[in-house]
Amino acid sequence: MNDKRKMFIYGGIIGLIGALLLKFGNPGNMGICVACFYRDIAGALGLHRAEIVQYIRPEIIGFILGAFIISIANGDFKSRGGSSPLIRFFLGFFLVIGALVFLGCPLRMILRLANGDLNALIGLLGYLVGIFIGIQFLKRGYTLGRNIEQPKFSGYIMPIVAIVLLIFLIVKPDFIFFSEEGPGSMRAPILLSLILGMIVGGILQKSRICTAGSFRDIMLIKDYHFFWGILGIFVVNLIANLILNFDTFNLGFENQPVAHPVHIWNFMGMVLTGICSVLLGGCPVRQTILASEGDADAGITVLGITIGAAFAHNFGLASSPKGVTNNGKVAVIIGIIVVLVIAYSVVKEANLKNKQKKEGVRNA
Amino acid sequence: MPNVIDARGRSCPEPVIMTKNAMESNPSEPIQVLVDAHVAVENIKRFAKGKGYKVEVEENAGEYTLNIRK
Repeated sequence: MNDKRKMFIYGGIIGLIGALLLKFGNPGNMGICVACFYRDIAGALGLHRAEIVQYIRPEIIGFILGAFIISIANGDFKSRGGSSPLIRFFLGFFLVIGALVFLGCPLRMILRLANGDLNALIGLLGYLVGIFIGIQFLKRGYTLGRNIEQPKFSGYIMPIVAIVLLIFLIVKPDFIFFSEEGPGSMRAPILLSLILGMIVGGILQKSRICTAGSFRDIMLIKDYHFFWGILGIFVVNLIANLILNFDTFNLGFENQPVAHPVHIWNFMGMVLTGICSVLLGGCPVRQTILASEGDADAGITVLGITIGAAFAHNFGLASSPKGVTNNGKVAVIIGIIVVLVIAYSVVKEANLKNKQKKEGVRNA
Repeated sequence: MPNVIDARGRSCPEPVIMTKNAMESNPSEPIQVLVDAHVAVENIKRFAKGKGYKVEVEENAGEYTLNIRK
């Protein structure tokens, strides 16, 4: 089959599943949202106490298990790690703060747009600007260094964590919190979420679709391969929403579910998320998939995202439909400065090393 | 002698950028790229073919050698 068509279909299945999860009970325009779902899991584990956003989202468990199984089947599974883990942790940390000021990961941004929420268009502009900024560092030699092979067990940790979360979800011990109202209480049935999540995880693993990668490759090497996947997500989600979720389809900026119309901070939040995604080599959903196929660096990033999401609520950084908080604005500015400093120092060091290497060769 | 680029252990999209830089510095010179992830093989292959290069892939114990030439 034609490569573009294949990517479009892969993306289309994800778009369809996004609409189905919305239809069967997930919060508004949140059929899938990686940032929101990690935030809900952080809340369920008691890492933050925002009572309206606490739930162990079966979709995340599904993403991890689906990607793990497919990666074993096609030979991509490989236990690896050791490429600047602490930098990755903090890039993940700030990535999710940007996403929670905007209110959604880049994938939810596409789903929001496909349900008429034009605030997501402002977010998309910010994301593109962030990706463009990140690329400038890539072009100048940005690298987080090589990963190396890790003990096999390291690669099994994420799938084991997913199983433990599944047990918590089913058994619901006293120390686990589930929202009784608000977005955290809106959920598609567990089994449906889990199975659809596994399908999404499998498809994302096989297709390697990444929201940041798709736009990055267009800007960097004029390659539209992954963009066809993103287009598939958008187009099929839009069509499926018009059929399945027509009542909630709302074209405009105002009164959008789990969103706010503060343009400048929708934009700035996604600038931060875009820069972090490029510096990490992939958006949150791609990091989740990589973590599931043995990449310990992506695993650390996922932990950074989860902890960052907890802080976003503990420190009052996350936005709400009421708008953006002052703390959130300050955090986005600090986040942008921190990640730019990280990127700049990494590039400077890499170029110094290259120069020394060349001089060493000349002197030899 | 081809220009050898060791992109093993590099995360996405570094292997492609390293290949791109090598092509731009000397477009007609053959390039040999070493990688250790299948996704990097796919990305480099797609990129190099798009630029009109021929790509041959050899696999050896989870590591790949891509021979790229005009």
